[in-house]
Order: sequence, then C-alpha cells, then structure tokens
Amino acid sequence: MGETETPRRISSIFLAIIVITLALSTVALFWGFHVDPENLYSYMLIGVSGFALSAYMLFQTRRRALQLTIKMQPVNTTILCQKCGFKNLREFQRGDFIFKEAEECPKCKEKMQITSIYREAEEKE
Amino acid sequence: MFLLSFSSYIYHKEFIAITRGNTQNLLPTIILNGLRTETFMIPDVAQGLVPTQDNLIGWILQIAWLAFFVVFMFYGQRIQIYVMLREIEGSLRRLRYIREEGRKDAIATIKELGKPKEDPTTRVDQFLEYIAIPPMDMDPSGIVWKLEHILDVRDIRFEDDVKLMAPEADETQVKNLENTLEAALALNYIYKVVRHFYMLGKKTLSLYVIYQLQMVLPLVMREAEAFASALKAFTFGQPIGDGAGALVAAKLMQGHEKRKIAKDVVVATVPFEGRKAYVLKAEGPGGNVGKPGEAIKQILEENEGKITNIVVIDAAQKLEGEKPGDVAEGVGVAIGGPGVEQFKVEESILKYKIPINAVVIKEDIGDAVSPLRKEIFEAVNAAIDRIKRLVLERTKEGDNIIIAGIGNTIGIGQ
Repeated sequence: MGETETPRRISSIFLAIIVITLALSTVALFWGFHVDPENLYSYMLIGVSGFALSAYMLFQTRRRALQLTIKMQPVNTTILCQKCGFKNLREFQRGDFIFKEAEECPKCKEKMQITSIYREAEEKE
Repeated sequence: MFLLSFSSYIYHKEFIAITRGNTQNLLPTIILNGLRTETFMIPDVAQGLVPTQDNLIGWILQIAWLAFFVVFMFYGQRIQIYVMLREIEGSLRRLRYIREEGRKDAIATIKELGKPKEDPTTRVDQFLEYIAIPPMDMDPSGIVWKLEHILDVRDIRFEDDVKLMAPEADETQVKNLENTLEAALALNYIYKVVRHFYMLGKKTLSLYVIYQLQMVLPLVMREAEAFASALKAFTFGQPIGDGAGALVAAKLMQGHEKRKIAKDVVVATVPFEGRKAYVLKAEGPGGNVGKPGEAIKQILEENEGKITNIVVIDAAQKLEGEKPGDVAEGVGVAIGGPGVEQFKVEESILKYKIPINAVVIKEDIGDAVSPLRKEIFEAVNAAIDRIKRLVLERTKEGDNIIIAGIGNTIGIGQ
C-alpha cells in the first residue's frame, strides 16, 4: 500500500463556515478596540473564541486527511550460518522465506539459511 | 473560578472580622457578601454578555441561545443523524482508499510477477466481484461435503484465473497472488456492505439503521486495516501471524524427508522424544492452508488407527488484554476456516477413539494476517516446549503420534 495520500477537497460549506467565523471574530475584535471599548473584554472573548474554533476546524480537516495513509512496519530477515554461527540481519526482500537456502557465508563459505522473518510491532496499548 | 474568587473574598472578610475581635458581626457579613453576588459572580470580561437595555451583544447571545434551544428541541434527532452520517462518511472514505490501494497493489504485482501480455485490470475488477454461494442448509445432512465441493471448485477457479492473469508466475507466486486477490476481494466486499448501509441510512434517515452501522464500524475498520496489511504481506510473500502453527511444524520437520499426503499438505516422519511423530503442514512457501483434515485422516488410515495421540497447533484469537504470543493448550481440533477440515478430523478420531490435544498461539485478527511479529515468532519455541511436555506426559516411548501445524504457510518453507 502506498505511503502517499490522495489529496482531498475540503467541502465548500465547511470552508465557508470557517471563513465566516474568522470574519466575525475579526469584526468582534475591531468593534471592541475601536467602536465600543467599554465592552472590550466581551468582544475579545468572542473574537478569540472564534479564532480558536476556526483553528480547531482547520486542524480537524488536516487530521482527517492524514488518517488516509496506511503505515507499513519494516520486516527483517535473519540469515544464519549453521556452521560458524555468522548472523546477517537485513531488510526483507521479495523471494525470502523461512528455511530458504541463502548466499554463502562470508566467513566459512558454507551456504547460509534464512532462519527468521518478522516485524517488530509498535505497541499501541 | 467565580466561586473560588467569591469564597476567597468571604475568607478575607472573615479574617478581618476575626483579627479585629468583631466575631458577633461575622455571620451578617458573610450573608451580606453572599447577596452582593453581582459584583463577584460576573467578572468584567463577562459584563458585556449580560443583556441590558443598551447591550447589543448580550441580546444577540440571548436570542442565539434561545434559537439553539428551540432548534435542538425540534431537530435534535435529525442533527444527531447528520453527525453520525458524517462520521460514517469519514470511515467510508478511508475504506474506499484502502480498497483502491489494495486493488492497485494487486494489479501492480500481477503485472510485475506475471508479465501478462494484456492489461489485467478488467479481469482483476471482475475477480473482485466474485461470489461463492454456500450450499442450501434446509436439509443439513451431508452439507459438509457439499460445502467442501463448492470450496474446491472456488479454489480451482481462483487458481486458473490467476494463471490466466499472470502467465509467467511460478507456483509459489501463483499461490501468493491468489491470496493477494482474495484480500482485495474481501476489502471490496467490506467497502460495499458499509456503503450499502450508509446509503440506506441516508435514504431512510432511520436512526436505527445508522446506529447499527455506527456500532459495528470500529470492528469493521479493524478488520479492513488487517486485510490491508495482509494484502501487502501477500504481495511480497512475507510470513503472517496465522502461519505460527505451520512454523512450529516446519521447525520440527527441518532436515527430514517430506512427502505429499493430501492436497497441498506435506508430512515428515520425525523421531520425537523416543516416539514416531508424523509432522504435517501446508506446503510452503506459497500462501496456502492445504487440507490438514484430509491429511490427518490419511495418516490414520495408513496406520489403521494405531496413533496414540494427536497434537494440533494453530493460531487463536486472543482476547483484549492478553499478550500476543501467549501459548495455551487444551483439547479439541484447533483448525479454523469454514469447518470442513475440523469436521473430517473429528469424524476420524471418533472412529478410532484417539485423544486429540490443541496448542494455540494467541494473537488478534490484525496480527493474524499481518507480517509475523517478533513476539509470535518467539512463541513458536514456547509452543514446541509445550508439545514436548504434552507428548512426554500423554504418550509412551515407541508410540505413534501426529503433530499438525495449521495455518497459512506463506513465506515459510519446510
């Protein structure tokens, strides 16, 4: 499965809501500072909340897009020389299988064998 | 926060009253301060939010709150339905992505390994819509053999289709491609079923249809993710968690002569703790489960039932909280799948009255079809130790026993 993600279009309604919220928050802040400074704190509360809400909505959209990737964990192959015990650990290659006869041992020139293929899982719990 | 500031204010007043020795005025002071809430309960920041004659924001908020209340009273359920549908839509989008990626991977692998002259896309798309109709169960007598026949026909058809799609692929690659396409088929099916219920829910706006879908969706998503990683493992031919039982048998039969005993199953006669063990597993390293039930039946018939004990090793579904790779043992036929092979073994052991033991390696559905994880690989040695102990305790020297390693042997030789 590819590591890439399909670019997804953000829905226009969703985008409109974010833009309107941002615009209203800006107006609220402007109003508080320039038109009605007596209630500045109230306008600031509304403005900052609006900005926070829009930022959260944008973050959610990004998070949803990221969820579309499929993470693959690396799988390792261990090749062991039965004679001298030389061990070689490398990334899995297509065609590898457990108990397959592998290349010659660099130390004793004996045929080596694939003894294990596994992945080290990231623990979620 | 408001209450905190209020109580700290009271505490301050009390403190002044006590330090002045004016304790008889303490209670009225507290009550009086308690009544003057407007100066303490509503801080400056919120003053503008209270509707007064010249406060526009306060009025707007008051009306918004009332509107919110009325809308939720009349349209609450509908809003809930839309929210749920939106959540399902997100999962459906992910399922579609997984399905598409699986399809693309399957086509790319067929092109790479099979080197077909024509583009296999159309054929793969037809394959993904493949159905197998189970036998009629109104009269259940003999249904196992009918089911076995249907499954055999299906397997042959799959193999032939894959050979047509990938003419240059060798036997192992054909088996792996077959598994790859089966995983892609499963993903396609999951996506279509979820989409069906989503659309049905949207069309009828029935809360109960949507509820049911939303309830099972986390489990369905887990299964889909598992199939997605299985598909990847199959395209590369990597061993998977389900092959733990086959790996146990492979380790035991290493260096001994093997022969084919049933369809896609090999057996080796191995001296094991002074006993004669018939060790069997599906023929690897291609993705394959074989017919272990048929193989056990054959060995029993070859030996005229003179088998003292049978040990079956398989991967088993772990419960949440259990560690992957835990080994457990018990009695019974530990063979999964549609049940045909389990049935055959049960029939045979009943005929000869042979005890059967099971050793299982615990793992969840994700691990069972994903590339073999380290803990499960290491559990194989623990399982062999259990088998040794079991054999020493339950049989005598010179006895004949069967050790059957069950599971998909992809990426595991012998």
